[in-house]
Amino acid sequence: MTQMLDEIAVQHELSAEPIKKVSIVVSKGSLEGIYPALIMANGARMEGMGAELFFTFFGLDAIRKDKQGKIRVATVGNPGMHMPSLIGVLPGMSWIATKMMAREMEKLDIPPIGEFLELIHDSGGGMYACQATVDMFGLTMEDFIPQVDGILTVGEFYDRSAGAEVIFT
Amino acid sequence: MTTTEIAGVAVERDAEGFLVDPAQWTPEIGEEIARESGIPELTPRHWQVVRFMRERYLATGTAPSIRSLGKESGVPIKELYQLFPKGPAKLAAKIGGIPKPRGCI
Repeated sequence: MTQMLDEIAVQHELSAEPIKKVSIVVSKGSLEGIYPALIMANGARMEGMGAELFFTFFGLDAIRKDKQGKIRVATVGNPGMHMPSLIGVLPGMSWIATKMMAREMEKLDIPPIGEFLELIHDSGGGMYACQATVDMFGLTMEDFIPQVDGILTVGEFYDRSAGAEVIFT
Repeated sequence: MTTTEIAGVAVERDAEGFLVDPAQWTPEIGEEIARESGIPELTPRHWQVVRFMRERYLATGTAPSIRSLGKESGVPIKELYQLFPKGPAKLAAKIGGIPKPRGCI
């Protein structure tokens, strides 16, 4: 069994092609739901790979003019915070947690969400809104930051993602 | 790690082709690495980025992030990617004879 696994690993090593492009689906609207996708998209461009972001459901908040500035860390129902949910519900808790995290990220030169999206856009990364969510919330292109390239149906998203690794966050 | 000759100088390079010792670097080595990396000729704008990366690394011990490269090198992000399509920070570091940037940004 171990030998079989080793052989599979070796075969994988030999056939491993470098990743050429990533298509990242952003489905969550919390700070910790959005940042990993942005870091991965920017990182792909830094390595010379193609990168596209597809924002769906509450992930759409990242590119909405009226919501982008209100993105917070989830302090309730987030075991990673190591904070009892009863404390997490107190007014201002998620604001404080967000401020603290923003300060730490600035130290690492991680930009705020708006600037980060500009950086990815200027790097040549694409960003798209999900048609179904846009319809559900009654939105138009006017509701989005200018870096957004368009609104795509799921079928169009798959077409654009030909040859890419699709990553869901 | 292998020793190879670039622009008439024997230099040590890591598996990805980055110079192991930044002190071995010369501008001629930079030009040769640029050609290897698909940039036939380094323009003054390329050099501005390469020198900024190298000077910042030599002064602080770490290469700048792509964010500060875009803000402080005098070359904006869009142009950085036009100059170095395969990744500005990585390529400018390689051409400038400094280690591969380790940061995620």
